[in-house]
Amino acid sequence: MLNATLSELSAALAARKLSSVELTQLCLERIAQLNGELNAFITVDAARSLSDARRADARRAKGEAGPLTGIPIAHKDIFCTRDLLTTCGSRMLANFVSPYDAHVIEQFDRAGAVLLGKCNMDEFAMGSSSETSHFGPVRNPWGRRLVPGGSSGGAAAAVAARMAPAATGTDTGGSIRQPAALSGICGLKPTYGVVSRYGMVAFASSLDQGGPLAKSAADLAAMMNVMAGFDARDSTSLERPKEDYGRSLNRDLRGLRIGLPREYFGDGIDPGVRNAVEEATRWFESQGARGVQIELPHTKLAVPVYYVIAPAEASSNLSRFDGVRYGHRAKEYSDLTDMYCRTRAEGFGAEVKLRILVGTYVLSHGYYDAYYLQAQKIRRLIARDFAAAFERCDVIMGPTSPGTAFELGAKSDDPVQMYLGDIFTVPAPLAGLPALSVPCGFDGKGLPVGLQLMGSYFSEAALLGIAHRYQQATDWHLRVPNDTPL
Amino acid sequence: MSLSHDQIRRIARLARIAIRPEESEAALERLNRVLGLIDEMRAVDTSGIEPMAHPLEAHLPGGQRLRPDQVVEPGQPQIYQSVAPAVEDGLYLVPKVVE
Repeated sequence: MLNATLSELSAALAARKLSSVELTQLCLERIAQLNGELNAFITVDAARSLSDARRADARRAKGEAGPLTGIPIAHKDIFCTRDLLTTCGSRMLANFVSPYDAHVIEQFDRAGAVLLGKCNMDEFAMGSSSETSHFGPVRNPWGRRLVPGGSSGGAAAAVAARMAPAATGTDTGGSIRQPAALSGICGLKPTYGVVSRYGMVAFASSLDQGGPLAKSAADLAAMMNVMAGFDARDSTSLERPKEDYGRSLNRDLRGLRIGLPREYFGDGIDPGVRNAVEEATRWFESQGARGVQIELPHTKLAVPVYYVIAPAEASSNLSRFDGVRYGHRAKEYSDLTDMYCRTRAEGFGAEVKLRILVGTYVLSHGYYDAYYLQAQKIRRLIARDFAAAFERCDVIMGPTSPGTAFELGAKSDDPVQMYLGDIFTVPAPLAGLPALSVPCGFDGKGLPVGLQLMGSYFSEAALLGIAHRYQQATDWHLRVPNDTPL
Repeated sequence: MSLSHDQIRRIARLARIAIRPEESEAALERLNRVLGLIDEMRAVDTSGIEPMAHPLEAHLPGGQRLRPDQVVEPGQPQIYQSVAPAVEDGLYLVPKVVE
């Protein structure tokens, strides 16, 4: 049952073969067994989860159940939850209990889902390895010495180790897709504006977007049907008609034009990653799709541009953590400014401080035009590259990450080495485009490889349909990590 | 370009982050590495290109939606202040600013 997809769980609940309380207990036992080593969850409140489950069972008995009613869902600890800690992986918020629920949390509550727990993450979502958390690093179910990717690494590890059937995450520069790839599961970053950011702790507001992590593309669609939707409290939430993200799951692949960017298959990509991705694109061609060589000439600039824009927005967003209204406050200080300075020095970890300093610098007088404005101009060039590419193809495919899961500590001394691994995931959020990652094989070390699909604005359903067809012919997404057998 | 210790102290002051002298060297080294990375984009010719602040402009030419300026929820200071480090009589406490 732990390896079942959401639709299988939904069917079992509907057929009364299983109650939500039983399913929730199974997940809680699995968490109790594995979380000590994996550190995927920061907060688990079994009594709360079981109470949600009893409510879901009662709702089902009344005949009011929806597809996710009674299904336990894990949430990245960046989504505010009333009556439960929301730490964002930081000492700054180590004791923070939000007075309100995030829109995403409300949506799952309305759907009757069970809140299974809050997942570990890089501090304030700043990282690609889930090592910067104040609560310690997350470990990859495919190898305990390996990182699960980040920043939604706890959510990815929870799904990969079958502790949770599905989870929520957020993606600013790859924080859903990269951990999905490195942990052998699926993850979708929707079009900017599709999922409300209300109650989602802000990192870089023009990039941040919530999305699902799950075992299959069909499961991502089921999650999106709950998560997406207009919310007046987020001024960037888009007012669009409700859509069924699973409507294109049986789409025909014949005639599909697959854009293969030259820049995504060049030097610097692990041979094992390249082989698995090329094999996947060949499979699509064998089904009647057509590979089209395309160019995204500004790809190499996407990492520098991202590491100007994201820290700039972060330095502004994180100025709210001042030790006055909520969060950590230093014990000793001489005056108000000293209180701010010590509170922030103690409350933030090294990577968050580094990014705030970078952001402060690029926004400071005399450097604004050379860095921040220049980055925004190249951001437009990157968006134009995609617009030109989508004239010639329907979907872009390539690797999600140039490598597979790496060892803990391998990149933590050199921020630049860590940042360069984001090369294929930062372009889509810079342009605001949807993108997803699905497992497409293993490298020579037996570690999972992710295939990335990027589409034009609002093409989520089409991307999920293409990925679903692939998953009907392959079983990479159903492989359970050796380190966490069922 | 590379920053000096004086410059990093100034930036840290602007960001309201205290840096202990013994942390300064490591912070400076990491910051300079990142600046080395982002300097790669400075040489690109972007004359005539409009900055893109937001991906929404691609499908929302009118820009961000604004709501009517109306009261939509009641004031609930007791709830919001329940998570504050120090409050008294409904006020947030901070060190004395004016003598």
